[in-house]
Amino acid sequence: MFALVDVNNFYVSCERVFNPHLENRPVVVLSNNDGCAVARSNEVKALGVKMGAPWFQMQELEKQHGIVALSSNYALYADMSSRVVSILRDYSPNVEVYSIDESFLGLNGLHSLWPSFASMGQSIRQRVLQWTGLPVCVGIGPSKTLAKLANHIAKKNSRFNGVCDLAAMNPAEIDALLAGIEVGEVWGVGGRINAHLQAAGIWTVKDLRDAPLTWLRSRFGVVMERTGNELHGISCLDLEKIAPPKKQIVSCRSFGQAVHALPDLSEAVASHASHAAEKLRRQDGVCSAIHIFIHTNPFREQDPRYSNSIVIPLPNASADTRLLVRAALFGLKKIYKPGYAYIKAGVMLMGIGEAQVAQASLLLKHGAGQRSEDLMKAMDALNRRYGRHTVSVFASAAVKSWAMRRENMSPCYTTRWSDVPLAHAR
Amino acid sequence: MTTIIPFIPRSTSAALPHLQPAAASPAVCRVPLLRHRIPAGFPSPADGYVESALDLNTYLVRNKTATFFFRVIGDSMTGANIHDGDMLVVDRSIEPKHGHIVLAVINNEYTVKRLHSMNGVIELHAENPAYSPICFQEHDELQVWGVVTGAVSRFAV
Repeated sequence: MFALVDVNNFYVSCERVFNPHLENRPVVVLSNNDGCAVARSNEVKALGVKMGAPWFQMQELEKQHGIVALSSNYALYADMSSRVVSILRDYSPNVEVYSIDESFLGLNGLHSLWPSFASMGQSIRQRVLQWTGLPVCVGIGPSKTLAKLANHIAKKNSRFNGVCDLAAMNPAEIDALLAGIEVGEVWGVGGRINAHLQAAGIWTVKDLRDAPLTWLRSRFGVVMERTGNELHGISCLDLEKIAPPKKQIVSCRSFGQAVHALPDLSEAVASHASHAAEKLRRQDGVCSAIHIFIHTNPFREQDPRYSNSIVIPLPNASADTRLLVRAALFGLKKIYKPGYAYIKAGVMLMGIGEAQVAQASLLLKHGAGQRSEDLMKAMDALNRRYGRHTVSVFASAAVKSWAMRRENMSPCYTTRWSDVPLAHAR
Repeated sequence: MTTIIPFIPRSTSAALPHLQPAAASPAVCRVPLLRHRIPAGFPSPADGYVESALDLNTYLVRNKTATFFFRVIGDSMTGANIHDGDMLVVDRSIEPKHGHIVLAVINNEYTVKRLHSMNGVIELHAENPAYSPICFQEHDELQVWGVVTGAVSRFAV
């Protein structure tokens, strides 16, 4: 048995905990560079603003309805997320943190602790709200896919009071609920498969559950057959308690404003390479090639457009920022052309393996070995302790014209002494 | 289109890579046999009594998950030894009761006051005679954000 606990409108809810002015007002949180909506309050959803809607399209609504738009404050969201997860770990020894606002709980063996799993769900809801101020919904089911559906049901139907246990319902009730949900809501049914399913006459979750498994397998493959099994309550997906190491690491971002000159681009690419290298070391990995890409705005047809990318294989597997930055800048020089307005640059690390099994070589290695490891450890420790960019490779004091635009970011209430909220005594 | 170009760092790109010398005659390395005295008779009487150093977090914070910090602005709570600029420790997991110092939301602002809840009458009291209490009528709603469990001051030195 599984539960899925999901924070309602997570980013907006985090902002509301520390800013009472946002209560009952339409609030959106914007993506990096304040580009588009990545979280919406219920009031904003009611105005018809879709997920991912570009902010400039909302500005009319902003004037009419006083929408408050905030830049994303990841430091705050990460802290609040870890608080929620630590509460959930009191309820089950088996927790899979699925995303920043969603966690699966394994419930096997826990039923005797509670009158019902629904009552456990209510206790979770109450405690998370009391301790952190965040509203959550809990979905319970015999498989992860059903737990996720139950969560969706709990969120959409107020009569469930935030907790839906599909395992405790009678078949007729479940049928009625599943017949009312579009098949696209099922975990893992993406846009393209959704279209194919609809073409085959499968519109609702109930349709999908009642489709013959052999047909699902021959038509859509084993993954869809597994989803069919999961919808029947046969658990095929276990909890993943440790996130599998990433096979690729990407670091890229659109620029706050277009960038023209090589030095500016170099600085951005070096910064992305450093960031990616840090992530790589965090999972004890090494990579064997780095992919660098730059492009202009593909939608501005009136301007000259250019995009290019290059893969630079490394002389040996490494996680050394110095080597990766040099390789990235070497690649950037090969693809850079002057006279264009670049809006995005990034790097992707490829051929990722574990540091321990990296091939030994008789030849002198670049960015590998004890000295490199020690230096990188020291660098990471300094940056963790004194803040990012304390020590960096290829940094310049110049104003970072390419830095992320975050004009409306709330304070880091829980992670910086200078930013803690004020308590008035008057 | 993605091109692939092999990359060799410049320092060695012209010449063959350096081979590290084989360690045929490794340098003599002195290993100190006795770095510190080992008591021959009794083991140290302190063994088994080693404790970790005191940590103010454990003194001030009972429930880390539910604890948040706020900075005090104003002087209405000086009678409770809460001063302008102090750091407040606020625990959301504690049920607010009569006599607790609480963080309440008043007019969309966080306000620190002492909670009075007697015989159905709910009031928020300042700890400074210059400020009058806030009284709540039957249909008013008092929103308590958390219970204040401590205040920390730092002095200029």
